[in-house]
Amino acid sequence: MNSVSVRALLVRGMLAGLATGVLALITAYLLGEPHVDSAIAFEEAHSHDHGHDEVELVSRTMQATGGLATGVLVYGVALGGIAALAFCVALGRIGRFGPRATAGLVALGAFVAVFLVPFLKYPANPPAVGDPDTLDQRTALFFLMIALSVLLAVAAVILGRRLAPRLGNWNATVAACAALVVAIGLAYAFLPSGDNVPEHFPATLLWEFRMSSLAIELVLWTGFGLIFGEFAERLLVPKAAERDERQPETAAVS
Amino acid sequence: MAQSVAPVSSRPALPEIAPISLKEIAPWLAFGGILMLVLLYFVGAEQGATSLIAGKDVHEWVHDGRHLLGFPCH
Repeated sequence: MNSVSVRALLVRGMLAGLATGVLALITAYLLGEPHVDSAIAFEEAHSHDHGHDEVELVSRTMQATGGLATGVLVYGVALGGIAALAFCVALGRIGRFGPRATAGLVALGAFVAVFLVPFLKYPANPPAVGDPDTLDQRTALFFLMIALSVLLAVAAVILGRRLAPRLGNWNATVAACAALVVAIGLAYAFLPSGDNVPEHFPATLLWEFRMSSLAIELVLWTGFGLIFGEFAERLLVPKAAERDERQPETAAVS
Repeated sequence: MAQSVAPVSSRPALPEIAPISLKEIAPWLAFGGILMLVLLYFVGAEQGATSLIAGKDVHEWVHDGRHLLGFPCH
């Protein structure tokens, strides 16, 4: 395997990210946008400060279509690329999994580490939730939480691989996951709370907004795992099969 | 490719996929990774807590995506 396949995998990861981004965009438009609109309506009804006398730079319609599409698709492509690189590292190193299963596991891991773990501490907030004065702090905490979560997840995978020869694959995985849960629990306990909800903000709207955010990410990562898994399997498996058939002459030209 | 040295006790089973060497991945990880993070920065954080480009156009354009993808927006 040479660097061409890393490049090929990166490109396929970005394409898979774009494709699954389209699915996530549809989810966002259908499930998420109504809640964004409701939250903006609440914000305007309760606005007691500055900010709404300004000229609108981008119309609501554009924000909900072109703007949303830009955001979700670029997010999909970028995370697809990163996940493809993670896949390159994980392939053949996390156990006896083929490309498709590895892609599924990487997608699951990315969903948990990049989205779910940070989301449970600092969940997505609709417009009107979140004091602009605390934005700097919230942004720093949010990215810190993602970085911490990803680092801990990587550490857990390494720990699991180290424990595997002694405990067996199953028990090593359980032990590594348990260690990860404890570490994340500690991080949750020590990081400050992200609560920002203004008084009288409808609880149902907040819940539904956050569930739609969860749904978008679930669609994004499920789609990525399946689509990229298919790409990777097609790219890597014929070669692998061929190689195994003529094992002695490894450098055979295909 | 036929590395029979590494696994000590594992059973010989399904054909194993050879890992891609880290040396091969490193340059892609460095440059590709940075490029991807820059993209994420513009979607998720530019003209929020930090700002490289003056104004609020980027922020306003990706506003809904930022909220729905879980980034702190304002």
